[in-house]
Amino acid sequence: MNKTKYQPVIGLEVHVELKTKSKMFCGCSAQYFGKEPNTHVCPVCLGLPGALPVPNNKAMEWCVMIGLALNCKIPLVSKFDRKNYFYPDLPKGYQISQYDEPIARNGSLKLKIKNEKLKNNLEKTIRIRRVHLEEDTAKLIHQFGNQKSKIKNQKYEEFSLIDFNRSGVPLVEIVSEPDFESALEVVEYLKKLQQIVRYLDVSNADMEKGEMRLEPNISLREISNVKFQIINYKVEVKNINSFRFVEKAIDYELKRQEELLKREETPVQETRGWDENKQKTISQRSKEEAHDYRYFPEPDIPPVHWTGNQISNIKNQIEELPSEKLERFKKEYGLNDYDAEILTRDKTTADYFEEAVKIGAGHMIAPKQIANVVINKKIDISSTLPAHLITQIASSKQTATLSDEALEKIITQIVDENPKAVEDYKKGKSNALMFLVGQVIRKYPKKIDAGGLRERMEKMLQ
Amino acid sequence: MKLNELTITEAREGLKNKKFSSSELTRACLEQIEKHDAKINAFITVCKKQAIEQAKEADKLLSNGAMEQWSNLPLLGIPIALKDLYSTKDIKTTAGSKVLKDYSPVYDATVVKKLKDAGAVIIGKTNLDAWAHGSSGENSDFGPTKNPWNQEYVPGGSSSGSAAALAADMYLAATGTDTGGSIRLPASFCNLVGLKPTYGRVSRYGIIAMASSLDSIGHLAKTVEDSALLLNITAGNDVFDATTPKKPVPDYQKGLQKGIKELKIGIPKEYLQTGLDEKVKENFEDTKRILSRLGANLIEVSLPHTEYAIACYYIIQPAEVSSNLERYDGIRFGNDRSFFTDEAKRRIMLGTFTLSAGYYEAYYKKAMQVRTLIKKDFEDAFVKVDALIAPVSPTPSWKLGEKVDDPLKMYLSDVFTVTANLAGIPALAVPSGFINGLPVGIQILGPQFSEELLFQVGFAYEQATEWYKRKAILNL
Repeated sequence: MNKTKYQPVIGLEVHVELKTKSKMFCGCSAQYFGKEPNTHVCPVCLGLPGALPVPNNKAMEWCVMIGLALNCKIPLVSKFDRKNYFYPDLPKGYQISQYDEPIARNGSLKLKIKNEKLKNNLEKTIRIRRVHLEEDTAKLIHQFGNQKSKIKNQKYEEFSLIDFNRSGVPLVEIVSEPDFESALEVVEYLKKLQQIVRYLDVSNADMEKGEMRLEPNISLREISNVKFQIINYKVEVKNINSFRFVEKAIDYELKRQEELLKREETPVQETRGWDENKQKTISQRSKEEAHDYRYFPEPDIPPVHWTGNQISNIKNQIEELPSEKLERFKKEYGLNDYDAEILTRDKTTADYFEEAVKIGAGHMIAPKQIANVVINKKIDISSTLPAHLITQIASSKQTATLSDEALEKIITQIVDENPKAVEDYKKGKSNALMFLVGQVIRKYPKKIDAGGLRERMEKMLQ
Repeated sequence: MKLNELTITEAREGLKNKKFSSSELTRACLEQIEKHDAKINAFITVCKKQAIEQAKEADKLLSNGAMEQWSNLPLLGIPIALKDLYSTKDIKTTAGSKVLKDYSPVYDATVVKKLKDAGAVIIGKTNLDAWAHGSSGENSDFGPTKNPWNQEYVPGGSSSGSAAALAADMYLAATGTDTGGSIRLPASFCNLVGLKPTYGRVSRYGIIAMASSLDSIGHLAKTVEDSALLLNITAGNDVFDATTPKKPVPDYQKGLQKGIKELKIGIPKEYLQTGLDEKVKENFEDTKRILSRLGANLIEVSLPHTEYAIACYYIIQPAEVSSNLERYDGIRFGNDRSFFTDEAKRRIMLGTFTLSAGYYEAYYKKAMQVRTLIKKDFEDAFVKVDALIAPVSPTPSWKLGEKVDDPLKMYLSDVFTVTANLAGIPALAVPSGFINGLPVGIQILGPQFSEELLFQVGFAYEQATEWYKRKAILNL
């Protein structure tokens, strides 16, 4: 066994299904989830003889929008290509995709990576190679055993059914450079990406519904003095449908590959799949079996030409993105990083918070206080109107402020009585603070807002 | 004159003046089919019942005084046929291949819809080289079509049935497709007018694709006037075909009578060099004399990349064919891949090879670059001249079986026609006489979207020669 150290080199391909009304190349409804099989179909998405694709303008604009949100360049000319391969879920025998002239290229996404050891956040930029548009395939449903076969002279048969409702739904593929060094970074990136497409309101990016699909490619590089060491293999992992699985699959792969390399074997270049039951990746297709897709320009669709004006119009449609909103919340409302991050995680919560702040201003309620309530009390924002929330806060505030002096007295008393807890808290045990808060509430005769109290004690103990 | 021998223009006049009914006209056509198609083999499907129904409907409209709608229904009661690549709802559409022997589309091609909306009576679906792969009609999985002018000879392909049956007066016009000459070649071998419109002028939606960047949707007619009338119906932007520009459609019949005085007509010298049959050359000299007499200025021009056209075409076309035929897997419709015959297999293999990793740059990409040069040849020529003329084929029709074992020889019969497809320009084939009793034709080529001009030249030439008046004699 050698003792060489290795560094992970990970790249990501992410597919995001757009939530356009109609499919990518025909007028069929793209809202196929849970619909009766083969009811959202027409000659185009069934690949019938003579049918032709006509690109969906909305999907093209949304792809540009995603590209812009990821700081990409948008070339003024782009084109579609045919990716040829045979599979029953691909009715035409080719997928209309984009090969060498994608809608967007050369972008980047900034991540904040938590460093457990140093207890701080490191900033890291992941480069985005390209963002392109393509069509989804049909869905295969595999039936096993005890099914009456429709094939002559065969009573029982294992067979597969094809549902073409998903065939032709617009997909955006986002390809990163191999800039990730850990599963943690990958997950952070995915969360960010999901958040962005949801903010743009172009995809629900629901993993469980298959609206967002992930394919990491994973290699290991020797840590050595050689700066540009060539890596001669790459393992792609497919069929991952949750952030948790992607983390597990990457960690598993890194370990597996390291073991091989330590035995001085080169891992096979191949495609593997994540098996959640076995908790491991399983080989699916080796390099020799890899497809030759015979890409060539799609003759049925003329090249796409954008004008600078069109691009800036699309740019103007992009509202504040999560990272901008987070910074603004910190600055405008005096929130800390943690609170601002939680409140901007999704746009609905962020909008709710801002609405409440607006109303709260009339009641002399500080944004920070509203943030505390929304975050700590886990307010159900779908059932509590912002105005109602403010009323609640106002009344609890009243009870607390009325006996401010009495409260002060109790707090001082509790702090004095519990020097161990105070010391623990100062060492970093946040539980200790919650214990102290609990003690105060118990002593205090009236109802009191725990969030406000916690904040107050935090300040006091600093 | 028998009703089935009429041109569309003549039949329209007769129907309007109630000299005969659409039912009578349709029946005359059906009788001709019954009498002669067993030998000619021009039809894959004859829609007798539907045709009689449609004719009755037309007669009802005519007797109800539909005259005010007359201009909106330019084909009211006129029997026409469709090449069996055109999807027709609930009518078998085979592409001439056993793969689709029993395939009935669930929808009409855009052009089919337009023709029906214009009042046409669809009399049937015509034979063709399977998947439109061929220049003679012999590649059909439903047997070869015979040339009505001499049944030992091929009618030209791949729109073989559409041409042969029209020359045999089994209907008044038919649709075709032209990817490398498949309308013009049979038109010239059968003494007919064949139009290959500008790429994108007519919608391809619903027409089984051969090579998508080359496929032009046109038609065969007895006269230039009829051809122009048909294009008035079929041309225009289609929301289902992204390659049809939103260019206005002129009235193509309007300028027919303008004549060709002072027009500059180019003669591409490369077309008259090697491989041209002596008699075809003579025939072409006659054509030049006639055009001069009509007042045209004939100017020699050069299309320097002509010699690379066939090589270029036989890279691009099979590449697109190999991709377009991938959907015929027998899963959703049709028979499985074992039903493909030799020529389709040959093109699938060629195309798959040239698109493969490592070969793409050397073949497909290079061919696309040559294609750009060929296109530029024409653009340069059209700076100097208004239109070009050339023979359609280097030889007249050949005997059935003569070239079937030599695909390369067969491919070379398209040497003068593939250039227009590569350049995306329109071309009109018009009869130019006979060699040993077999028809030959010339083609008029113009810049993109210059169909009006092509009809203008074609009409002047046709009126001066009147070859269209000659009829094939069919022996029982």
